[in-house]
Amino acid sequence: MSVLEIRDVTKAFGATKAVDSFNLTVGDGELVCLLGPSGSGKSTLLRMIGGFETPTSGHVAIDGEDVTRVPPEKRPTGMVFQSHALWTHMNVFKNLAFGLKLRRLPEAEIKRRVEAVLELVGLAGYGHRATNQLSGGQQQRVALARSLVLEPKILLLDEPFASLDQHLRERLREEVRDIQQRLKITTLFVTHGQDEALALADRIVVMRDGRTEQAAAPDVVYREPATPFVAGFIGTMNLVEGAVANGTFTHSGFTVPLPVGDGTATLAVRPEALEIVAVNGGGMAKIHRVTDYGTHAIVDIELPDGTRLKSMTSEARDWSHGQPIDLKPRAFAAYRDNAAIHRSN
Amino acid sequence: MAGALTEKRIDWTGIGFAVVLTLVIIFPLVVVGTWAFANVWRYPSVIPQEFGLRYWNQTLARPDVWSAITMSLSLSTVVTFLSALICLPAAYAFARLEFPGRSILFFSFLAGQAFPKFGLLVAIAGIFLTLNLIGTFWGVVLIQLVGTLLFMIWIPVAAFQAVDRRMEEAARDVGASPVRVFWSITLPQAGPTIAAAVLLSFVGTFYETEGAWLIGAPQIRTLPVLMISFINNQPVIQYGAVLSVLLWIPSFIALLFARRVISSGSFAKGFGG
Repeated sequence: MSVLEIRDVTKAFGATKAVDSFNLTVGDGELVCLLGPSGSGKSTLLRMIGGFETPTSGHVAIDGEDVTRVPPEKRPTGMVFQSHALWTHMNVFKNLAFGLKLRRLPEAEIKRRVEAVLELVGLAGYGHRATNQLSGGQQQRVALARSLVLEPKILLLDEPFASLDQHLRERLREEVRDIQQRLKITTLFVTHGQDEALALADRIVVMRDGRTEQAAAPDVVYREPATPFVAGFIGTMNLVEGAVANGTFTHSGFTVPLPVGDGTATLAVRPEALEIVAVNGGGMAKIHRVTDYGTHAIVDIELPDGTRLKSMTSEARDWSHGQPIDLKPRAFAAYRDNAAIHRSN
Repeated sequence: MAGALTEKRIDWTGIGFAVVLTLVIIFPLVVVGTWAFANVWRYPSVIPQEFGLRYWNQTLARPDVWSAITMSLSLSTVVTFLSALICLPAAYAFARLEFPGRSILFFSFLAGQAFPKFGLLVAIAGIFLTLNLIGTFWGVVLIQLVGTLLFMIWIPVAAFQAVDRRMEEAARDVGASPVRVFWSITLPQAGPTIAAAVLLSFVGTFYETEGAWLIGAPQIRTLPVLMISFINNQPVIQYGAVLSVLLWIPSFIALLFARRVISSGSFAKGFGG
């Protein structure tokens, strides 16, 4: 039963705030993904929870106990680093046993626990191997096992699969999810890969400039992004800025009925929700390029002012370069002042 | 077909280098080695007229040779030990901490090597004279310590810097205190390269002559200093040759030891290679 609480945490490096008045509660057994571009402060936040950075202000608490100033070796957290950071002068067994030895557990107990955790990560019998005899994926599994063997209250993963290839990343991602579900361990996972976050998380926290842009379940973040930034960061999204007058949004010939007050607005439409209709001359836009992916096709659309949009269609052969078209967004959202003002589904 | 081609191609440049290097390095060694075991070797004979250990007996019978050997070994050991004691923590600080004047201090160790050493030594000798350190064991230790600083700071700094910080953090994460991290992670990771630095400073101190002579003479006589006086005072080549061979022994042992401890890349790594 472990709950992680982050209260009003700020970390400043000189004048810049890497993390700015950040609040988050991770419930018992929950897997939360911190998602954001590089420089959004997600790694700094994770390092503050692990004890490797001290917050400029604010508090970190685990199970109600304030650990803000507790050094990493005294925290009930286990961290998996991006570079796996295995100790190359020790074999796999010694890497896993090091933390247990520091806790002065009896030899037999150490052996039992190391073997159990190797079994858990699918590396039974690899104890005697040198770390450089392992593949990238195996090394990352050992790094995960090294944290798990100590049964931490909070598991912290700092882009653990970033250095692996796509295929391996997907497999390890599923394994981590399985293990996390089985152990019911409270987990905070940092990534800049939206597909990783969508696949893994119970809840995604999208970060930008050290602040939370949106914290919600993956499907909510995907379907109802709270801000244009989230809309643009998760999945592919057409973002068009324009003016609203008399219930109509306009940007360079592209018009959409939008029942909000007059002013500026940012329109967000997923490619799969942007329908294109062939017209005989005129039209809102022209087709720039068609890319056929077999199962679907992506149509690049050019508005008169040169703005590019993407539309996903099922049939590539219906469309060709230069063809005049109209645009019919089936579902879209509109933002003003960094907040959603309208959603049509 | 390919085999026939490679067979015919002879690397003349490589052979040329090998021959030149052999002549320049091996030949003088062979000559000195031969002299050490020659009882009689007069011109124009190409090999000595009489081999034997006469000069070895004569050299080793001298008490000043034995006291010089003891002196050299104890000096090198004390200097290397003190140097490690001072320099390794300093190197760790240089590698891991930010403090004002860091780079100036770091390069100041190079400055000591950049000027003609003898001028520097004479100036230091002047200071030592007023401190009554001339002709004392600890005076020589002090001067030789200065000579080891460059190796014992620069190489370990590179070694410590090469240790992945994440490894140290991972050790903290599983419960190791900072001191424990240094002993169990940082030092073993940097170990081979640091062993190279320690070895270099031991051998370098053993062969150090100017400082030992200028500060230590006449009370403190190291093996190289003794050899110089032998060569200067007695025009018998064999004495010098026997001492040369004697002087090889520590570096030979050091190299044997080094092959076991140090992987081949460590020296290069120490210099940022």
